[in-house]
Parts: sequence; C-alpha cells; structure tokens
Amino acid sequence: MTLTTVIFYIFAAILIASALRVITAKNPVHAALSLVLSFFTGAVLWMLIEAEFLAISLVLVYVGAVMVLFLFVVMMLDINFEELRKGFWSYFPFAAVVAVIMAAEMVLILIAPSTGLDAYSAVAPLPEGVSNIKQLGVPIYTDYLLPFELAAVLLLVAMIAAVSLTLRRRKNTKYIDPAEQIKVKRNDRLRIVKMDAVVEQPEPAAADEAGDKPAA
Amino acid sequence: MIDALHNGFLSVLGPTLGLFAWTLLKIILIVAPLFGAVAYATLYERKVIGYMQIRIGPNRVGPFGLLQPIADGLKLLLKEIISPQAASTGLFFLAPVMVLAPALAVWAVVPFAPGLVLADVNAGLLYVMAISSLGVYGIIVAGWASNSKYAFLGALRASAQVISYELAMGFALVGVLMVSGSLNLSDIVNQQGHGIGGGSILSWNFIPLFPLFLVYLIAGVAETNRAPFDVAEGESEIVAGHMIEYSGMSFALFFLGEYANIWLICAMTSVLFMGGWLSPFAATIPVLGAPSIFWLLGKMMFVMFLFLWFRATFPRYRYDQLMRLGWKVFIPVTLVWIVLVAAWMQTPYSLW
Repeated sequence: MTLTTVIFYIFAAILIASALRVITAKNPVHAALSLVLSFFTGAVLWMLIEAEFLAISLVLVYVGAVMVLFLFVVMMLDINFEELRKGFWSYFPFAAVVAVIMAAEMVLILIAPSTGLDAYSAVAPLPEGVSNIKQLGVPIYTDYLLPFELAAVLLLVAMIAAVSLTLRRRKNTKYIDPAEQIKVKRNDRLRIVKMDAVVEQPEPAAADEAGDKPAA
Repeated sequence: MIDALHNGFLSVLGPTLGLFAWTLLKIILIVAPLFGAVAYATLYERKVIGYMQIRIGPNRVGPFGLLQPIADGLKLLLKEIISPQAASTGLFFLAPVMVLAPALAVWAVVPFAPGLVLADVNAGLLYVMAISSLGVYGIIVAGWASNSKYAFLGALRASAQVISYELAMGFALVGVLMVSGSLNLSDIVNQQGHGIGGGSILSWNFIPLFPLFLVYLIAGVAETNRAPFDVAEGESEIVAGHMIEYSGMSFALFFLGEYANIWLICAMTSVLFMGGWLSPFAATIPVLGAPSIFWLLGKMMFVMFLFLWFRATFPRYRYDQLMRLGWKVFIPVTLVWIVLVAAWMQTPYSLW
C-alpha cells in the first residue's frame, strides 16, 4: 500500500462521514459546515489524481465564496426546527423506497458491462513538466471558445438579473453617497464670521466675585 | 549537503517513511521561524508605532524590550480560557484553529530562494488564493459559535469585507499571471529577473503593474483586517468583533493567524511585484547583484513596515466607504489595467 492509497482511504472516509453529517445534523449551521468539509475533502481527492486546477477552483469558488454566503443565510434564518421535523416518520417509508430505487439504478449503471467502466484504467501520472492548467486552458480558448463564451454570457445575464431583481429605491432610506460626501469642501459646511478680537464687555456684575473663589 | 541529508533520510527510513519524515522536517523549518517572526512582529509593531508617536515603546522586558513577545506569550498561555455558557462549545474552540491552520498551510508554496520551497507546484498562485480564502470560516464560525450579538456583527462585517477584497486581489493577480505566463511562484520571480536594467529593480513587476501593485497591497491590508480597515474589531464600535468572547490562548490563536497572514501578504507582495529573492541591483554587479533569501526577507520587512505605517497614520474607514472602495474603485481599476496590459503585450513595445 503506497502513501497515496493511504491518503485516499483516509480522505474518502472523511468525505463519506461529512456527507452523512450534512443530512443528519440537527443544526443547519453544522450541516452547512459539514458540506464545506465534504467539498474540501473532494478537492483533496481530485488533487490525488493530479487534477489540481479543478481541485483548487472547487476550493476557491465553492468553499471560499459560495458556501460563505450560504452560511450567512443559514445563520440568519429563524426557523423552528422541531416544526420542520414533524411528520418525518410518516414520510419515511415512501422516501426509503425512492432512495432504494435511486441507489439500485446507480449500482446497475456502475456494474453494467455496456457502460464500459472497466475499460477506464487508473489515471496515469502526468509526465514531468506538463502543466495541467495549460492543457485545460488551450482547448477552452481554441476548440471550445464559443461554448465557453456562451457560458460566460449566461453567467453575466444571471448576475445582471440578480442585481436588477433586488435593486429598489426605498423612499425612507437615509442613504448617504460617500462619493458626494468626500467631495465636500470646507465652505459647504462652515461659515467663517469676521469678528473683532476685542469686544466691549458690559460692567462686571456680582457674578464675578463668585468666580474668583477658590474651589473648596 | 541537503541532497546528502535527503538521501540519508530515504535510505534509513525507506521511500515512503523517508519522504514523510523529510517533508515533516521541511515543514518544521518553515513553521518554526514563522512563529518567531509572528511573535516579533508584535514587538516590531509596538516599537515602530511608538517611535512614530514619539514614544519609546516596550523597553522593560529584556534589553530594548526584546523579550516582550515571550512575556506576552507566557501571559496568554497562563490565562484562563473561558467558555461562554450559551456558546456552541465544539465550534467555539474549533474557530481559532480554523483561522490559524490555513494561515500556516499557505506557506507550503512560498518560494524563499531558488529551489528553496516546500512544494514547487505549478498552480502555486491559485493555491495561495484558495487556501487563504478558507481563513474566513474561522471568523464566521467564531462569531456564530460565541452566541453573542457583538461577535456575530463583527463576524458578518469581517467576512463580507474579506470576500469583497478577495475579488480585487484576484484581479490584481490576473495581471501578474498575464505578464509572467505562469502560475508557479518561482517562475514568476524568475521572469522578473530579466528585462530593463538587467534584472535590477527596474525590471520588477511593480513598475509596469503599478496600479495592480497598489490594489494588491491595500487589499492585503483589508484582507488581514488591519487598520485602517479594522472595522471587524473596531474597539470603539463593537469592542473586538468576533473575538470578544475569547480569552487566553484561544484569543491568542486568532492573533497568531492574523500576523501569519500579514507576513504572507508581505511575502506575496515581495514575490509577485518586488522580485522575490532578486537583488535590486543589476545581476552583473558582483556581490550586491546576487540573488539571496536576505533580499526577500528585507522586502518582507519593508512591506511589514508599510502595514505599521498605515496603522499609525490613517483613521479607520467607515464601513460603507470601505465597501465602496473595494467594489467601485479597486475592481474597475484592476479591470481597466488588465485590458491595458493585455493590449500592451500585443504591441511591439511589449516588455514581456
């Protein structure tokens, strides 16, 4: 057993355990954190087959950005989880049947001879000096340029849609524009009034005596 | 000598265990000095800010206060660790570790001198970005697990800020990636070694990519939650942000992570924009022009000084202005400069 195999089994076990935690955890924040762990472990498994670009982008995009926002949402939720868990056992038989059918279908695909999964050999290690990223980048920007650009446009449209859906001007908001704010000059806020340095005071009254008294 | 030691490990322990032990040794050789640097960064900070405010700074423990970080460390170690009653205990104590662990793991790909790197991977730059983006979980989990309003608000602020500035940082790195043609950090340094002035300071990336350099440096300050972007722990507003419920060593772990991240930004700024281990003098000059790890360390010290200088100089940003700076100023600046550099590279005047 090589070091790689040992690492594979350790991380595969962590992946399965964390994936199970995602669906069994009582607290949704714990579930979301378990999902983070399973993404990260999945990235390590990809790293083991030398797909380092995919592994790193999984961590960068899903773990580093998407799941953080997901956690935000989950933490802000105010849900009574007892309420949600009601009736779990009455739905359970039906759900179990669906799950068994799905699992059976997947097993059938994996063991069926016509899918030809046996023909795939283990991933050969890359020769020295070959960059995985370059191998991926060249076809994307030459052979598959159009689909790639279309996917980018699709994402852009989704982004604009998300912004425009949430964009609304509320009447009662006390929004301040920092750009306007930093343009403010002294003269916009402050008026300097010319005054004589010495002003005639009225006659000193009795109050003056009280002021002279030392503090007790 | 290093090769002999490496072969010695392999022959005594066998290929698998030998590799394991050899890698472990290299990790220790990186992490141990890093912890020293983290400890003494606090003294550096207090001394520099002290002199900037015309004070002396710590000078009681040891000569010139040199033992102050050790005294501080001992104090924090011996303090009681308090676990709030309503906190989610497991996650509460996991959070500081989640801040510190990525901050240490990133150092695996940082090259200190030619060949002196733990893992010389091709996707080094991406690795740095991916792993350093994991640190934000520690902050969020700390805020949530503390079960305190101050901590939660601080965590939300801090993580939104870190994610926002990561984008600007990423775009700044795209520029470096374009001119280097590689994601490997050693290659990025080597690429800066030829060009104008025979690999001297004039050929480093920070001159043609100056806007990206500025954006990277400032985003680095924001990323590590340092002043003037330290709204996450603004003392006058939300006391200590996500760290408010922590005490003793669990509190100290957050700071270890923060300072390790600052050193990382220093190292990355030096490697990506300031020529890494290359000398600022032309390579043809005998001794001064030779590349060496000391140049890298010197550059890191300089960037660290900039961090402290910013802290001593600028008042804290207001939160909405901080977000505006990240989204509406930095991202457009980097995008425009990336397009300009791309156009520049297509002309005969291209430097690369």
